[in-house]
Amino acid sequence: MMAYEPVIGIETHVELTTASKMFCGCPVDFGAPPNTNVCPVCLGLPGALPVVNGTAVEYAMTIGLALNCDIAAHSVFARKNYFYPDMPKNYQISQFDEPLCVDGHLDIDTGDGPVPVGITRVHMEEDTGKSTHIGEGGRIHAATHSLIDFNRAGVPLMEIVSEPDIRSAEQARAFVTELREVVLRLGVSDAKLEEGSMRFDGNISLRPEGTEAFGTKVEIKNMNSIRSLQRALNHEIERQTALLEAGEAVVQETRHWNEETGTTSGMRSKEESFDYRYFPEPDLVPVAVDDEWRERVTARLPELPAQAYGRYLDMGLDGPVAAVISRDVEYGSVFEAAVAAGGTPQMVANWLTGEVTALLRRTESTLAESAINGTALAELSSMVADGTLSASAAKDVLAGVAAGEGTPDEVAASRDLIQVSDSAALEPIVDEVLAANAEAVEKLRAGDGKVVGFLIGQVMRATGGKADPGAVSEIIRSRAG
Amino acid sequence: MPVDIDIAKVARLARLALDDEELERYRQQCEVVLEHAARVQALPTDGVPPTSHPLPRTNAFRDDVVTECLDREEVLSQAPERDGDYFLVPRILDEA
Repeated sequence: MMAYEPVIGIETHVELTTASKMFCGCPVDFGAPPNTNVCPVCLGLPGALPVVNGTAVEYAMTIGLALNCDIAAHSVFARKNYFYPDMPKNYQISQFDEPLCVDGHLDIDTGDGPVPVGITRVHMEEDTGKSTHIGEGGRIHAATHSLIDFNRAGVPLMEIVSEPDIRSAEQARAFVTELREVVLRLGVSDAKLEEGSMRFDGNISLRPEGTEAFGTKVEIKNMNSIRSLQRALNHEIERQTALLEAGEAVVQETRHWNEETGTTSGMRSKEESFDYRYFPEPDLVPVAVDDEWRERVTARLPELPAQAYGRYLDMGLDGPVAAVISRDVEYGSVFEAAVAAGGTPQMVANWLTGEVTALLRRTESTLAESAINGTALAELSSMVADGTLSASAAKDVLAGVAAGEGTPDEVAASRDLIQVSDSAALEPIVDEVLAANAEAVEKLRAGDGKVVGFLIGQVMRATGGKADPGAVSEIIRSRAG
Repeated sequence: MPVDIDIAKVARLARLALDDEELERYRQQCEVVLEHAARVQALPTDGVPPTSHPLPRTNAFRDDVVTECLDREEVLSQAPERDGDYFLVPRILDEA
């Protein structure tokens, strides 16, 4: 049977977190009461004139530069004409043949080394209003009518188009995850998938493995999470493979992902619906970016995940741990703070990717929601290193810190978890344990070292886990010698 | 310079319901415009950058500052239909 290779490209939309909209001074404010952040410009009232938000242009440049794009010296806004109730002007101001950023790349790594994914373009446009469909299940197909809130209309929106360089759903996941991290790192968008400030569409076709020509592509829409993107692509790979194996043709179309059924279905589109009749936006003059401006924005770029990864390796972190921390803004900032507070990098990193991650999963919270900070983590790891806390007691202390009970010092004291290493305090307890386990002591004297672990365990139990196992072991050996 | 124009398609795209007499009238008007464009297009323009705007200006930006919005009641009072604080529009897709 013939093997097929998926060819995937991803279109990502990102809303910018500017204070005001792309072409007017209405606030960008998710969750504001409906239809309160509107004015003649974003409502498309006759005669209203758009004026470009300069900060939005700079944010767009920031994204382009972070994705290794060329910034166009001359770029132009265009009208994309179509009718839809959430778009009050009946055209969207976008960019068409002269976008701001072109020809970049973003490297992803799914474990087989870095793979560059080409970035065709990054362009500026405006978001549409938000529709709520009224009727069965809130779905557009079954709706009796729809309600429109124009607060989102005109919010600065970046469209980031990838080359068809992605070869699996797993790579697609890695790509959007990395892209999201980049955008968050830049501080130009909150990139919240659940609120729609980051959204993506996938283009996917199959071709026989080893061939070059592209097959017929399908566009998939309506994926609200990275997981649903991955599921939708895998479903589409299966669906297209079945078609091709049955000798049938894939139809070029837009398909709608259904989260409940885990399938895609065709969205019948009306004839000519894709005739957008783009033309230069006459109300806006071109954007010109000279070297001086481009260099000024470049100089302000923050460290990106790939750069942080390299720096963490230089600090001596293991690759997998460095990868996790460099690709999560929250982890990165807590890690940096812990190291700045005197924490040993690898130890702090191990805590973050190990026990902290497990704790957050158990408590279904995020690092930002918990009370864990860099200072606490540095303190905790040094308390383990100097023997003040046992490894197991440290986990309890961490849970206490996360729950806001205080600093590791305070939590260890209040939960009575400070490790006992003082031999004067431990000797009487060890002696009691030895007296109660004469048989084990006999074996030890006979040279059976395996019983030491058992005896240490007994001491730990007697001290409620607070004894320093190293110190206990030493006392046991000296007593048995 | 003869040009071919599908005026019915243009009308459809613009959501204009035109009768035959109107279609013919607008076809003739559009033809004049397109003939002019065709004449311009025939000129030798090698080495001339495309002109998207006639003004010799770029970078007309505003600061990212919030300004006052319209009053919601005033806005919604202009809508053909409303439901509470929202604009109400007819169903969007025809197919079930």
